[in-house]
Amino acid sequence: MKLEVVLAARGPRVLTIDAAASIRVAVARLAEHNIGALVVVDAAGHPIGILSERDVIRALAAGEDALALTVGDLMTSPVIAATPADDAEAVLQTMTTNHFRHVPIVDHGVLVGIVTIGDLVRAQLIEVRGEVVTLETRLMDA
Amino acid sequence: MFDRLPTPYGLVRHGVAPDHQKIKAVTRGFAETAADPRFRFYGNVEFGADLTLCDLQRLYHQVLFATGAQSERRMGIPGEDLCRSYPATEFVAWYNGHPDYRDLAFDLSAETAAIVGVGNVAIDVARILCLSPQELRRTDMAPYAVEALTQSRVRDVYLLGRRGPAQAAFTNPELKEIGELAQADVVVHPAEVQLDPLSMEELARSGDRLLARKVDLLQTYAARPPAGRARRLHLRFLVSPVALLDDGRGGVGGLRLARNRLARSVAGTIVAEATGELETLMAGVVFRSVGYRGVALPGVPFDERWGVILNERGRVLDPETEKPVVGEYAAGWVKRGPSGVIGTNKPDALETVAEMAADAAAGRVLSPADPSRAALDALLAASRVRPVSYADWQHLDALEAAAGERAGSPRVKFTSREEMFRALGRQ
Ligand SMILES: Cc1cc2nc3c(=O)[nH]c(=O)nc-3n(C[C@H](O)[C@H](O)[C@H](O)COP(=O)(O)OP(=O)(O)OC[C@H]3O[C@@H](n4cnc5c(N)ncnc54)[C@H](O)[C@@H]3O)c2cc1C
Ligand SMILES: NC(=O)c1ccc[n+]([C@@H]2O[C@H](COP(=O)([O-])OP(=O)(O)OC[C@H]3O[C@@H](n4cnc5c(N)ncnc54)[C@H](OP(=O)(O)O)[C@@H]3O)[C@@H](O)[C@H]2O)c1
Repeated sequence: MKLEVVLAARGPRVLTIDAAASIRVAVARLAEHNIGALVVVDAAGHPIGILSERDVIRALAAGEDALALTVGDLMTSPVIAATPADDAEAVLQTMTTNHFRHVPIVDHGVLVGIVTIGDLVRAQLIEVRGEVVTLETRLMDA
Repeated sequence: MFDRLPTPYGLVRHGVAPDHQKIKAVTRGFAETAADPRFRFYGNVEFGADLTLCDLQRLYHQVLFATGAQSERRMGIPGEDLCRSYPATEFVAWYNGHPDYRDLAFDLSAETAAIVGVGNVAIDVARILCLSPQELRRTDMAPYAVEALTQSRVRDVYLLGRRGPAQAAFTNPELKEIGELAQADVVVHPAEVQLDPLSMEELARSGDRLLARKVDLLQTYAARPPAGRARRLHLRFLVSPVALLDDGRGGVGGLRLARNRLARSVAGTIVAEATGELETLMAGVVFRSVGYRGVALPGVPFDERWGVILNERGRVLDPETEKPVVGEYAAGWVKRGPSGVIGTNKPDALETVAEMAADAAAGRVLSPADPSRAALDALLAASRVRPVSYADWQHLDALEAAAGERAGSPRVKFTSREEMFRALGRQ
């Protein structure tokens, strides 16, 4: 299964933020939309990093005055991005190995979406359940 | 339930291969739903032409779109539209007797055919091209297609995969089946199914036994000496068509193929990368089997990028606000794209139905002016629509099965609306 199948039923929402924005603004945006990460983009809209809630928590735990910092200070950069043609399973593996939960999706240089571990698991569950349905149908037929 | 065709079952009738009758039996599970007094089927009623979104909003509290993927994905290479370069989508609909495709013609006078893509649809097309007339007659393929395929001069069929054997989209039962064809030898280049280090690493890491079995099977085919059968089905890997070649008369004469090697994308996928080497495959007919694509429905938000209705877990979204549109939902291929077997649509639909139930419980539904059957029937009667009921379909179904019994096949399909209305005594 390709990522495009995961993205198709995900809705278009991908929230971005400027590297110069303050962490206070970023945190407010994460809370407002109830999400875990923002894609950091340059003036042309290209992803240059990602800011996850974990980045903020880590800074807070280290005793930093995180809210006074900028997104650029705390973001992970460069960011590992995927394309819609990437295999969902391979991307899930990459995310697990590298311990990240969000991957921006870039198509020919344009940011077109984001997938979370949850999105990938949801799509895989549908696929696996579908295979079970298929097997059940075959058994009932036999 | 409305369908633009007089008959129900979508791709189960017009996509699933005619020699795969067991799979088509899944329709039997629908009888119970169809018998429910709360359910009615209106065949031959097209959304967007015979019924508009406005009409439905006046009649129903919720509307679900499950219109599938009615078009094809393009390869985007020169020569794609030469004569005898056909989308697999059309070939499949034609041999399965889809009323809108029955009048197409496929020129099968060339000896070599190439199929681009190595998904299950590509395998279906390859297998159909390799069946003997006797085998074809035992299927429910449209009679005109059996006739045309009986005249086919195609002897060599090439399936072209751009990545390696471990990345092939076809599934094991389908791969196994082509190895058992009575009339065709499967030909595989040993070097092309030798696993590269990346795929080997992937296989070891995942411990995927089905994938190991697939690769194994391909290697077994590669080692098998041809038995001299009438046709040859060649499975090629690591080649991407970069152009279809003109035979000088506007028809396909061959394909320019770029040889690939495998690499890993930054996100971890094993992808094809051109080596710079090119080769030419001479072929007089090409089937492009690189995927289906959804089409937009009038008035329903569409996501051009993915070719699906703009949705989140089946709830249709407003493109401006990105918030759910009250009362509109999607399921199946028009929701997630043209991927997955019949069974996948059940959990996929369950997800949407859960959203529908939650919205209904919360009162987030449409407020139809007249949600009655009488209102619908009046609307259809006022237009020139001739709806086909489920009872009508059962009648057609019985006639098709009876004709099949006489012909020694599972069924003989009606392939035009006129035939169907005549059989229903409604001409
Ligand atoms: C060639 C082929 C072979 C396949 N073989 C298998 C197989 O062997 N086993 C397997 O498990 N899966 C198989 N599949 C996959 C399976 O067919 C799909 O997963 C499934 O059919 C998708 O269901 P759907 O309801 O989304 O779309 P569809 O089955 O395409 O149904 C869509 C329906 O909507 C109707 N419609 C479209 N537009 C309108 C409109 N405007 N108004 C009213 N009605 C409309 C169509 O007429 C059609 O009946 C195959 C697919 C293909 C393409
Ligand atoms: N018997 C069955 O159960 C059955 C039968 C038919 C269909 N189905 C299901 O229906 C769905 C659709 O099937 P499908 O075969 O249409 O799609 P698919 O499984 O997605 O296969 C598409 C194939 O086309 C290739 N491709 C795509 N773009 C290409 C390009 N530009 N150049 C060269 N190759 C290209 C893909 O290669 P890459 O992988 O490299 O992109 C892949 O091999 C699938 O889920 C399938 O399993 C099931």
